Amino acid sequence: MPTATFGNHQVEVNDEGFLTDPTQWNKEIADAIAKEVNIPELTPKHWELIDYLRKYYTEKNDMPSIRFLKKNGIIPIKDLYSLFPDGPLKKASKIAGLPKPYSCV
Amino acid sequence: MEEEKIKKVSIICSKGSLEGVYPALILANGARMEGIEASIFFTFFGLDAITKKRMGNIKVSTVGNPGMHIPTVVGSIPGMSAMATAMMKKTIAGIDIPPIDEFIEMIHEAGGKLYGCKASVDMFKLTKDDFCEQVEKILTVGEFYEMSAGAQIIFT
Repeated sequence: MPTATFGNHQVEVNDEGFLTDPTQWNKEIADAIAKEVNIPELTPKHWELIDYLRKYYTEKNDMPSIRFLKKNGIIPIKDLYSLFPDGPLKKASKIAGLPKPYSCV
Repeated sequence: MEEEKIKKVSIICSKGSLEGVYPALILANGARMEGIEASIFFTFFGLDAITKKRMGNIKVSTVGNPGMHIPTVVGSIPGMSAMATAMMKKTIAGIDIPPIDEFIEMIHEAGGKLYGCKASVDMFKLTKDDFCEQVEKILTVGEFYEMSAGAQIIFT
């Protein structure tokens, strides 16, 4: 299993750079991954979604779909795409230390 | 050598059946989810998917569709297409795929662009007002190629 170092933290990642163990995640790691995926700074708006995804994953051991996020008033689709451009849910999940979403919609 | 990533897709939706429209919508939305620029060019019967009066009533074809696994004579019984459509819509909803109107809205909000084909619009005597508000513009085929510069073109 490859590892990646973010600041002082060494974590296990898969070959696409997603953390394989969400419990190894912390906020510094999130900041570092965000920079890697071209989001220079995580704003409170970013954190709102990251925290929500982590909570959802902890409870359901699964990732929500973009449609679910919209329908449940978590985040409008437009905001999601402007906060996390170029593959929003994938990027947000990566920053949140969660697995890559596995869904076609 | 590493293969170059796809950056832009132009999807042509030419069919007005449920099984004709969904692949185009899933491809476009899926492209946006991956950070790929996406547009759909609706042509011929594909226009039904963006025509306000018709988009809520897109059906599965039960005739001449070997994938349905029912004989054509059975498929042609009145009500068969409606029944098959209702069943398929239920299955689609069950796997969290939105109905067509909502899907179009999602693609639009995700930054995907929707266009109508001028030749087909003229042929069916439609105007821009007949289409849902998410439709950007009616394009000539020349304009379609122009805005597809650098894109992979996908015909469905």
